Amino acid sequence: MVDNYKDWHSDIYDVLRQQNIKQVCHVPDAGHASLIQKCEADNGMTVVSLTTEEDGIGVLTGAWLGGQRGVLLMQSSGVGNTINALAMPNACHIPFVTIVSMRGEWGEFVPWQIPMGQATQEVFTAMGVIVIQEERPEDVRATVTAAIKMAFDSNQQVAVLLSQKLIGTKDFRAEERVL
Amino acid sequence: MSASIERAELVAEILKDRSESLLVVCGLGSSTYDVSGVEDHPKNFYLWGAMGQALSVGLGISIAQTDMRVLVITGDGEMLMGLGSLSTVANVAAHNLSVLVLDNGHYSETGGQPTHTSGSTDLAGIARECGFANSREITNSDEFAGAKETLLNSSGPNLVVAKVAIKKYGAIVEPHTRKGYYTASRFRMASTGRGEAGLDG
Repeated sequence: MVDNYKDWHSDIYDVLRQQNIKQVCHVPDAGHASLIQKCEADNGMTVVSLTTEEDGIGVLTGAWLGGQRGVLLMQSSGVGNTINALAMPNACHIPFVTIVSMRGEWGEFVPWQIPMGQATQEVFTAMGVIVIQEERPEDVRATVTAAIKMAFDSNQQVAVLLSQKLIGTKDFRAEERVL
Repeated sequence: MSASIERAELVAEILKDRSESLLVVCGLGSSTYDVSGVEDHPKNFYLWGAMGQALSVGLGISIAQTDMRVLVITGDGEMLMGLGSLSTVANVAAHNLSVLVLDNGHYSETGGQPTHTSGSTDLAGIARECGFANSREITNSDEFAGAKETLLNSSGPNLVVAKVAIKKYGAIVEPHTRKGYYTASRFRMASTGRGEAGLDG
């Protein structure tokens, strides 16, 4: 592991650009905050702030139907909201990529986050979504690239779970206290 | 309240002399029967599940295809499940996106239970307050032409709620409209001129 390697947010943004991602849907999360800022500053991307995560499944289905690629950024607590909507890309063989910032696992301090965080992988798997876990900052670039390729080249639904180990539990909590 | 609009008649009027630049998304249930009953057009995408997502699908298409007009045709029950998407669409300010809600005030697919539009809820009012450019309700066939003009030509987002009579449908649709992998791929090829599923992402 490369010590002090922290610029994985920029790596994700670079990959989104390289892979021609045009629509970025999100329900905001501190773990994705700097990535969302970068995408909003990019004139080549349309950033859609959602009121609930399942709407991202709809928007990204529409993006593909209209000839564009997109990704959904969300926190693990929102994964449960997407369950029935995931039937759509599954039944229609439509590529779908989500990058999930995890809560409820490594060092979680809010008990209410634990159930959905612990169930995230199982829920995705139950709905036919391929899950790739990531906790090493230096591997984020390759992992997100692989997820996007699998989704769009093979018409799959793929979730990348970014561990709290990667995001940094301590900083995350400090940010939450400010909020 | 007894609504006088015949839903199939209204949908047929809206889709009459259809432009090549019109893309249609319909919500699950009766809206799909209405739209596919007029013509199973390659630029139609029918939802058979994912209730509440019709407008969000329309939004994604409208962002990708800014030169096309995207028309979402759905029911009051489906729209009520996706109320938050009205807020999202208004804030994206999707100029080429319109919604026609066929509002019979009931969940007609599941036994005719009343929806909240039979009670105190006003979908056109909700869309207006969310920030839609145009939003109104129609109650009779004299208003079809004006509704069509708004939905197809006004800068959006636009929403028309049509108060329609309850209609019972049988199994009237072509089975292939249920095959999402077929209708999605067909829609994408028709709307973009490219993109057989999986070939170019």
